[in-house]
Amino acid sequence: MNALRKNFQEILRYPSAVAGLVIILFMIFVAAYALVTIPYQEAIRLWRGGEDIWYANPQYAPPAWMNYFTREKLPVSFSMKSTDAEEEAVSKIVELGDQNVGKTYITYTFEFPYDKVPQEMSLYFTAAYESKQPFVSILLVTPDGREVRVADFAVAKKMTYRMSQDDKLKRRLGGLPSMQGLFADPDKENPIPLKGTYQLVINGVSFEPNSNIEAEFVFYGQVYGLAGTDHLRRDLSVALLYGVPIALAFGLLAALGTSILTMIVAAVGTWYGGWVDELIQRITEVNIILPFLSILIMVGTFYSRSLWVILGVTILLSIFTGGIKAYRAIFMQVKELPYIESARAYGASNGRIIFSYLIPRMIPLLIPGLVSAVPAFVFLEASLAVLGLGDPVLPTWGKIINDASSNGALYKGYYYWVLEPAVLLMITGLGFAMLGFALDRVFNPRLRDV
Amino acid sequence: MADLSEAQQIAQPLVRKAPVSAFVRVMQYSAVRLITLFATVIVAIYLTVMIANMGGFVDQIMRGEMRERITVQVVNNPANRNLDQEARNQLVLDKIALEEKRLGLNQPYAVRSLRYLTNALTLNLGRANNMTSDSGSKTVRLIILERLPATLLLMGTSNLILFFGAILLALSLSRKYGSFWDKAVIAMSPTSSVPPWFYGIFLILIFAAVLKVLPFGGMVDAPPPKGTISYALSVLKHLTLPASALIMSSLFLSIYNWRTFFLIYSSEDYVEMAKAKGLPSRDIERRYILRPTLPTIITNFALLLIGLWTGAIITETVFLWPGLGRTLFRAIGLYDIPVIVGSTIIYAYLLAITVFLLDFFYALVDPRVKIGGGGA
Repeated sequence: MNALRKNFQEILRYPSAVAGLVIILFMIFVAAYALVTIPYQEAIRLWRGGEDIWYANPQYAPPAWMNYFTREKLPVSFSMKSTDAEEEAVSKIVELGDQNVGKTYITYTFEFPYDKVPQEMSLYFTAAYESKQPFVSILLVTPDGREVRVADFAVAKKMTYRMSQDDKLKRRLGGLPSMQGLFADPDKENPIPLKGTYQLVINGVSFEPNSNIEAEFVFYGQVYGLAGTDHLRRDLSVALLYGVPIALAFGLLAALGTSILTMIVAAVGTWYGGWVDELIQRITEVNIILPFLSILIMVGTFYSRSLWVILGVTILLSIFTGGIKAYRAIFMQVKELPYIESARAYGASNGRIIFSYLIPRMIPLLIPGLVSAVPAFVFLEASLAVLGLGDPVLPTWGKIINDASSNGALYKGYYYWVLEPAVLLMITGLGFAMLGFALDRVFNPRLRDV
Repeated sequence: MADLSEAQQIAQPLVRKAPVSAFVRVMQYSAVRLITLFATVIVAIYLTVMIANMGGFVDQIMRGEMRERITVQVVNNPANRNLDQEARNQLVLDKIALEEKRLGLNQPYAVRSLRYLTNALTLNLGRANNMTSDSGSKTVRLIILERLPATLLLMGTSNLILFFGAILLALSLSRKYGSFWDKAVIAMSPTSSVPPWFYGIFLILIFAAVLKVLPFGGMVDAPPPKGTISYALSVLKHLTLPASALIMSSLFLSIYNWRTFFLIYSSEDYVEMAKAKGLPSRDIERRYILRPTLPTIITNFALLLIGLWTGAIITETVFLWPGLGRTLFRAIGLYDIPVIVGSTIIYAYLLAITVFLLDFFYALVDPRVKIGGGGA
């Protein structure tokens, strides 16, 4: 116990170890937070959800904080519902007239301080009526007071109106793409967006007593949220957050299982020699010949892509590997050293020699191995995902990278899409590696003294 | 053999006894070792055949695909339009039977798996089920040979630079324990926790996407340049990023590991003694540190050399490098067992030979290790 505390104090002397420890603790904290706030099933539902969950998000949008680093400010996405009338930005007035004719005025007021036009603006209508469809006309009031006519049409019970897909609007705006035309400053030659307060006004007329019009206005900006979105409009922050517990669990379990088992098996084999050593050698040789990554790929392709199956196969295949060969080469020399002979001479048991004399000598070499193993396994999961063999249901960092590269993110300039999961993977890997390297110094007194 | 050595024992003075019995021991050991290694290869290849076949289930998939393909072929062929239903069905069945015979699907799985095994062991790699080489051949040997130079170029360049660079740097660092460069390498070594393809993505992002100075991937410009020199330059340009990615990803950790390893050995008493005697540091490095660590260095080098064979599946995929790794990945996706088994068996043989030779190397370079020395 005392030795442990001493070692712990020793670790705190290394700044890189403290940094690594902080990163790991932070990751564990985030993992716990992710598991508590988003239950397993909910994470799967969100990640596999389609248009019904993510319709209000823009596509391929970088995170909103990108605006702090660029001179040209990109529009931030938002959405407003006419049912949330308590919000100041939205107002809805309903006037009832003669002969069941009702008038509805919905006004969305929004600031537009940006240098680029949004991707799209859509209106999601839900109308209540018996047989006569209500009629709406949509206007955009610009900061300089112009009223731009957007569209007039009858509303079905559920319908979506997307402005940039409206050819009539495009023609009315002089052939410009709708978004550019709507936001263009009329005093400038080039279509430069006019900044200021805009109002989108829906003037609705209904022809039945109980008829009602509600509409959600979605402004698809060029940037979104904390992490941005992907090709399916999914919020990347879900996968980035949920990737933490998955990466930690996979990396830690695989590294611990593999390195400890490898060391013990190598020591036992070398010490007992004879058929034990033979057997271990044979299994190792068979296993070394088996192509590791190919087998994982085959397991992924043919059997199961479940993360936990892959984890088991990984540990199984990683015990009897080149590590055993390298350890054995050194154990064979150590075995011949005088201190082992003297231990045998005073009658130490086999177990004592293996666990107290052979293995401790190897711990300096074990620790770098264990350390580089955690990140290696974290990255192994990502590697499999990059090959398209990631767990089909779970959101992981590797799958984001896979989605990004299969959608040509680097070619098209969606750097955030690759960089966010990549940086997280890197921080996690570095955290473990930095702590491990300090542990190496602490647990290897011979290195400390040199 | 026993008679001969007895006769020699009598004839020769006692001093000569040791070499002869050592020779017999080595021969016996070699024979046993060769047999066990061969058995190992057989087990490993059979396991690969079984896994690649999913215990026979892949055959079901293949059979289904093949039936559908042939049926569609026959139905869509205008030449068969005048045949009546009966005759057309018969034609489909005949063609299916022929194709089953070609793929060996008419035999039971156990027989077929043994045939895969014997073919592989005799290096009779045969023909691929679905894949073709770029020149259109279905021969597995050609498919593999076509991709081998690309893989050897990429893996050879990066791994040789890496291995010798790391050992030389580590050796000089191990003598300057605690110096600035030593600390710098320690500080940098966590970066090796990141795999090569990951550096590859960053390198592509920086040099291909943003700076636009190096290509995104591939091995040569399209169309390939005419002259030999310009062709070589083009390959070099394409090689830069993947090779740098492979080197970057393990350089610092290998230096660190070798340095730790050398440090352990350089704190041995006999090294201290040599230092006390005032030997030059070059001699200490060569005779007192490198010599006892040679077995490990040789093991690592030999494993590295045969490791070149497998290629780097993911790095090759990220850089679209036309190497063996990508071929293997494609083969798995196409359930092409002959190709998977073919690339595994060559690796297996190379490995078996290396492992066999390694034991002799150990005995050559380290007098403390005895070949076949029972228990010692």
